[in-house]
Amino acid sequence: MTRPAHRVATAAIGIRPSTMQIYLPIAEISLDVFLLLGIGGLIGFLSGLFGVGGGFLMTPLLLFIGVPPAVAVATQANSVVATSVSGVLAHWSRGNVDFKMGLVLLAGGFAGSTVGVALFSVLRGLGQIEIVISFTYVATLGIVGVLMLLESSRAVLRRRRKVPTRRKLHQHHWVHGLPLKMRFRRSRLYISAVLPLAVGFAVGVLSAIMGVGGGFILVPAMIYLLGMPTAVVIGTSLFQIIFVAANVTLLQAAQNQTVDVVLALILLAGSVVGAQFGTRVGARMQGDALRLLLAVLVLGVGIKLVVDLFTPPIDFYSLGSA
Amino acid sequence: MSRLALLLLLALAALPRPAAADIVADVDEHLVGITTGFAGTRILVFGSIDAPGHVVVVVRGPSGPEKLYRKSPVLGVWVNSAALTFVQVPSFYAVASTGPLEEIASESERKRLHLGVDQLELQAVGRVSENLLREWRQALVRAMERAQLYWTEPGEVLLLNDRLFRVTFELPAAVSTGTYLVEAYLFEDGVAVAAQTLPLVVNKVGFEAAIYSFAQQQAPLYGLAAIVVALLAGWIAHLIFRRE
Repeated sequence: MTRPAHRVATAAIGIRPSTMQIYLPIAEISLDVFLLLGIGGLIGFLSGLFGVGGGFLMTPLLLFIGVPPAVAVATQANSVVATSVSGVLAHWSRGNVDFKMGLVLLAGGFAGSTVGVALFSVLRGLGQIEIVISFTYVATLGIVGVLMLLESSRAVLRRRRKVPTRRKLHQHHWVHGLPLKMRFRRSRLYISAVLPLAVGFAVGVLSAIMGVGGGFILVPAMIYLLGMPTAVVIGTSLFQIIFVAANVTLLQAAQNQTVDVVLALILLAGSVVGAQFGTRVGARMQGDALRLLLAVLVLGVGIKLVVDLFTPPIDFYSLGSA
Repeated sequence: MSRLALLLLLALAALPRPAAADIVADVDEHLVGITTGFAGTRILVFGSIDAPGHVVVVVRGPSGPEKLYRKSPVLGVWVNSAALTFVQVPSFYAVASTGPLEEIASESERKRLHLGVDQLELQAVGRVSENLLREWRQALVRAMERAQLYWTEPGEVLLLNDRLFRVTFELPAAVSTGTYLVEAYLFEDGVAVAAQTLPLVVNKVGFEAAIYSFAQQQAPLYGLAAIVVALLAGWIAHLIFRRE
């Protein structure tokens, strides 16, 4: 079952099949080290290019090469911890982390990821975890992809026509009427703490189920929902993602025993190198063009998952993943 | 007097029958260690028979419960809609023989010794109608076959000079750990006249075993260790990034 999938994956990515197989002690399958390093490198490249964790791409790729869903999701959270740490350290040195906002998001994130892991265990017991992971991916990738595609293509067109952009100094929505107002100095915001708490909670649940840091959901939510300055957003989101992903790792390890450290380390080694190249290429590109590319990528993954959902399986029957 | 006769009879029964046909078999490795480089393995079973006949060799993996899901389309989307748990499913099953199994072994012998995938006793949890159970059994066998864990077609045992035999079995990388049984039978006129059973242990060893038992036995501590490793890796990555 795992072997043919592996072969297909190798061919699709265009890497010559080699014989450097490594046995993953928790996933209990053996995969090619170079294939795993390649996946890590590709994700690292994209993450360096777009400034997101890239977990939303890595989990589907791991599933594709035959890693059991439960292991893929839990291990992904573990490697997100490492990627986020290196990202936060870089942003911190530039003063782009709003720790107060991060901590409020974190409070929501902790509650959310605890609920998410418990939900994950229940769904796994019911045998519905694969479909829930797929649906969550399709929904979030679809929504984020479409929104980003619209926003970035408008921005690209505006740049082409050289229309000056006008922005309101302050946007007032119903959310500003919520209680528990707090001041976030670095983000230059005075808003209700309920809003970042809710955003943190939602992203926490999703990250536990999808095994992602939630960067690609959190970043737009912080920009558009909370109204934070873009410069502070990435560092702050990465800061809170460290803790949420660490919490997911701990809970997945304790409750489901599905964190594969060996797999996480190989992926990480690849993504560190890939991120270097990604950052360099990204520095030479326009911001809106980058966002447009990311939107196309996000939508592409989403469409692939939708097609899979509607494609009849090879066999109606399948063994439960242990 | 009668007690003495009984004892004598028991002693005789325990002794190997000298005149009867016999089979001697062995495997090249009694312990298959799953190490970091494990990508499946090959088991060589060899031996000899002292009377002309047919040889059948079976390899059975440790049994355990196995849950099978059935997908059906709900609004066009394929979701798991039904599940059935089987008890005592062998995690690996392969059979090889010197000729077609149906000709070598009578149906009652195949049934008695569970020779061939179709003779496995796959019992489901709960009450399921016989028709439905048959369908699910076949599906279970198909799923195990796709995972290269069941051989539905018997392999070939090579027989040299009607005396020496050998056969190789391939274990895929995804094999279960535990004690496997290798059974070698000598068949004459459709009946097994001699048999030998050998244990074969498949286990994670060294680093793989350490990681696995750590993750299973001290799960929260393992989780913490995984986080610490990730934090360190991220920090090291940052140092390398900064230098560039």
